[in-house]
Amino acid sequence: MIGTTRQAAAPARAAERARLALGRYRLVRHALGAAAALVALYALTSAVSPYRDLQIAQAAYLTCAVAGLTVLTGLGGQISLGHGAFMAVGAYTTALLLNHRSWPLAAVLAAAVVVTAAAGTAVGAVAARLHGPYLAGATLAFAVGLPGLANYEPLLDLLGGQNGLSVTPPVPPAALGETFPVERWQAWIACLGAVLTLFLLANLVRGRFGRTLRATRDDEIAAALHGVRVARVRIIATVVSAACAGLAGGLLAVATTLAAPGAFPLALSLQLIAAIIIGGLGSLAGAVWGALVLVFVPAWASDLAQSADLSHNIASNLPLALYGLVLIVVTLVFPRGIQGGLRAARTALARRRSPRDDAAHEEAAPHDTAARDTAVHGGDS
Amino acid sequence: MKRPRLARATAALTALALAASATAACGSGDGGGGDRASAPGVTATTVTIGSHQPLTGPAAPGYSANSAASKAFFDYVNANGGIHGRKIVYKYVDDVYNPTQTVGVVQKLVLQDKVFAIFNGLGTPTHSKVVGYLNAQRVPDLFVASGCGCWDQPDKHPYTFGWQVDYVREGKILGEHVRRAFPGKKIAYFYQNDDFGQDGVKGLDKYIPASQVVTRQSYQPGGTDVSAQVQAIAQSKADVVVLFTIPTYTALFRLAALKLGYSPQLVVSNVGSDPVTLTGLLESYAKRGGTKVKGSPLIQGIITDAYLSAPGSDDSWIRLFRKIHQQYIPQLPFNGNIIYGMSVAYTFVQALQAAGPNPTRKSLIEALEKSQFRGPGLVPFAYSKQSHAGYIGAQIGVIKGDTVVLQGQPLTTDAGDGPIRPYTGGQPEAPANGIPPQG
Amino acid sequence: MVRFVNLTLAGITSGMVFATVALALVLIWRSTRIVNFAQGGMLMVTTFLAWTVVDAGGSYWVALAAALASGLVLGAVIERVVIRPVEDKPPLNAVIVTLGLFVLLQAGAGMVWGDTPHSYPPAFGIRGLSVGGTRLLLSPNDLFVIGAVGAVMIALTVLFVRTDLGLRLRAAAFAPEIARLLGVRVGRMLTLGWALAALVGSLAGVLIAPSVFVGPTQFDAVLVFGFTAAVIGGLDSPVGAVVGGLLLGCALSYVSGYLSSDLVTLGALAALIAVLLVRPNGLFGATTGRRV
Repeated sequence: MIGTTRQAAAPARAAERARLALGRYRLVRHALGAAAALVALYALTSAVSPYRDLQIAQAAYLTCAVAGLTVLTGLGGQISLGHGAFMAVGAYTTALLLNHRSWPLAAVLAAAVVVTAAAGTAVGAVAARLHGPYLAGATLAFAVGLPGLANYEPLLDLLGGQNGLSVTPPVPPAALGETFPVERWQAWIACLGAVLTLFLLANLVRGRFGRTLRATRDDEIAAALHGVRVARVRIIATVVSAACAGLAGGLLAVATTLAAPGAFPLALSLQLIAAIIIGGLGSLAGAVWGALVLVFVPAWASDLAQSADLSHNIASNLPLALYGLVLIVVTLVFPRGIQGGLRAARTALARRRSPRDDAAHEEAAPHDTAARDTAVHGGDS
Repeated sequence: MKRPRLARATAALTALALAASATAACGSGDGGGGDRASAPGVTATTVTIGSHQPLTGPAAPGYSANSAASKAFFDYVNANGGIHGRKIVYKYVDDVYNPTQTVGVVQKLVLQDKVFAIFNGLGTPTHSKVVGYLNAQRVPDLFVASGCGCWDQPDKHPYTFGWQVDYVREGKILGEHVRRAFPGKKIAYFYQNDDFGQDGVKGLDKYIPASQVVTRQSYQPGGTDVSAQVQAIAQSKADVVVLFTIPTYTALFRLAALKLGYSPQLVVSNVGSDPVTLTGLLESYAKRGGTKVKGSPLIQGIITDAYLSAPGSDDSWIRLFRKIHQQYIPQLPFNGNIIYGMSVAYTFVQALQAAGPNPTRKSLIEALEKSQFRGPGLVPFAYSKQSHAGYIGAQIGVIKGDTVVLQGQPLTTDAGDGPIRPYTGGQPEAPANGIPPQG
Repeated sequence: MVRFVNLTLAGITSGMVFATVALALVLIWRSTRIVNFAQGGMLMVTTFLAWTVVDAGGSYWVALAAALASGLVLGAVIERVVIRPVEDKPPLNAVIVTLGLFVLLQAGAGMVWGDTPHSYPPAFGIRGLSVGGTRLLLSPNDLFVIGAVGAVMIALTVLFVRTDLGLRLRAAAFAPEIARLLGVRVGRMLTLGWALAALVGSLAGVLIAPSVFVGPTQFDAVLVFGFTAAVIGGLDSPVGAVVGGLLLGCALSYVSGYLSSDLVTLGALAALIAVLLVRPNGLFGATTGRRV
């Protein structure tokens, strides 16, 4: 990929100008997309009940984390089973700042992003050397180990031990009126964070960095031969992805008003990785789908279990069973995730409409290669 | 050329918008019930209450039976005419002991299901994250299933009430007993490193002289191996070990001690000493072949405390609870958790009765603050305008066979530095039909 | 000194427990290149089956046989039904399927057997052996566990290195296309690999059960530490799994004994990172050069 770009750039200046124009065009398009998303979310959050607003806030903060992870794993080929721990860093930073400093919320969330990005640098430096299951194991140990810090004696007073920290819910601005539901305000904050994350990531992955990142995923050696500093690219990807998870954690602390070790179990990290696969590996739209699945499938399963008249043991475990089934079935039926399934459906539709136009609609699906060398596959032998 | 990613993300969001608006539109029915609908969750024929419980995940073992037992008791009351003609609908939802899920579950119960009250929400790390919300929404938050002293703050949390004896009171009562019964002996602590264990130790330390305590070891629930801690305790040659542990860790401690040939006198808090659960956990070490033993030999003589009747005792409450258990949930083992779940449900029924024929959230709280409820407990509640704490004490007992044999008198105290006093009021008999008498 | 000896012995015993799980993971990795998160669920279910046998009055050895047999069948069925369709798909898909399976098995066990943990009998006595009047943290049953794990490790090494079947298993995993051309029935080998791994896993479950009890979530921590041990040892090597397990077990025991029991999970992280920084493919993993 890098090679073709370089060869095409024969008259360098013209190409540079074209790229700038393209870049600007893309930026405008993404900005329009973001604005449209914000309008849609405004309409949505205003139309639904406060409880739905809370669910939307959950889906929004999970979107941040899943989108960040899909950049690292989907485009960078580096698996992480430890993103729940990054969320914990963001959530604790937010909770501590909100409780001890009277900073504006935006500054607090920015601080959460910075602190988590710093943690991401450390993790990235170690992770850049690792592959496949070794990376999976290291990040898994990170996810399991880090929340334990909250119980460490000298930090007990600061981090609140097993009980964690409570945060006062954010107060909606007076201009919105006395009766403005706080859940909707929380949803707005979380949605704004999610749209901003998606906007920044969309520009990042469509730009030069995205291409380089994909190159390191597809063929590490070839990329290195083309002058890409693979370790550095990977560390940057980890930092970006950690920053997103940090924001997600910060938004979690705002939306659910807490930070506690029990909120960041290993299951959370595993759910995030499941979400990127179910949504569609490497696709930001897929990240949204994945986050929606994480929020709405368990809620639906729990309603279903309650509505039926079942014995205690069965009713208790039914939502969990349905969730496991959904993971298996979706992965088997849509190997490229929901977004991949939708894309295939659209392609099939377009093909039926104009059979000759095949080539025009053929997607340059990077996902096949994305997948082949990704993560838990060791591959080298 | 691909459509920009963000545009696709927007499309996905819009799809969600439509789907959610659709569900919102059809889910707005309140189920109004005429003028008998005196409060949210109350209709002419039903009162709906909700709870968050760990039904799956690491905290589920043992605790998941509580809510089933409460529900069985409510079903029994409903089958016998209900309260003021209303049936109690009890919705308990799994939160996997994860505070983020607790927040979601409780908001759903309050906002969507419009429950009258939250009942017996389980766990300190979980419930402490919704106390503020419930009080801001003025939803009665009754009988939290945790012995944290933090539920008793009527000024800050006027809608929240504790129920079980708190861990500090319990620690004080156990501590006083240890000081009296084992003067000059070496004592060790083994406790769960969260508010349960830490508060318990606070109570113990009020009575056991620091010079007598030779070592303090703790564990994190979820890990498995406690041999390092048990070995440290064995090496300290403590004569008495006080455990603030959950049953699996009481059993793990016992097994590791067995391995080391170390047999101190064990003093175990109420939560970790249920003889039925412990016998189940230690069963394999007490028998060969298929013979069931009645009470593991490994737990005989353990000193503990109780504020309810033990599963093996033969009194009117246990007979009542066994009858309901047989009828509604025979597949679950009849242990301390079942007694707990039914007893707390009994107290709720008392509160609902006292709230009057047209209960409101306010009348429920006022009724509780004025109440003098007696029930399955060995000691009374603290409920008043000044205190929202639950049972104010416990009685020392010793495990014999598969039950706890109570000793001496029930003891009461406060969660501060107040004295320990004997309680002579006695435990009332269970009502013949199992439903608390009116008034 | 007694404390150090006992902490080491406790570390070895729990390390052997991690090693059994690690062995099962290594086996699946070697035969299908998948990290099997469902392993914890699979061994939990087979151990529950064994417990059912014990509860009905069956002997320890009958129960063990039941666990092993059910493990063999469960592994083969799972490979055929849910793993086969994702074997030619991106490997992360297989990981998600095994995760889904893990959740499903846990929920299923909760439905059938409930949440209450049960006691599981040890094969031999659990009273520690006495040396010079000091009771050690080492019981006859621990010796049995150590022996059983050692035997499995040797058997697996022999299988992979010395036998024709082992060669075909490896070929099917590492280079399925070439293996197919050479007449290896790849599909059958993959099924066999899963069945064998599940067999080892079910043994692990029965060996662990006396010290962690049997319940839907009782094996979670062991699975995490087993995976960590496998990674420390290098996922390709049965010997590595055992060494990794022992190292991790001792490290955790020392952290718990000398520092604080609250730091155990962080200790596991530190041990893992320390090893991976020096050897990114684990202690016994092949250092792979990559051809361009």
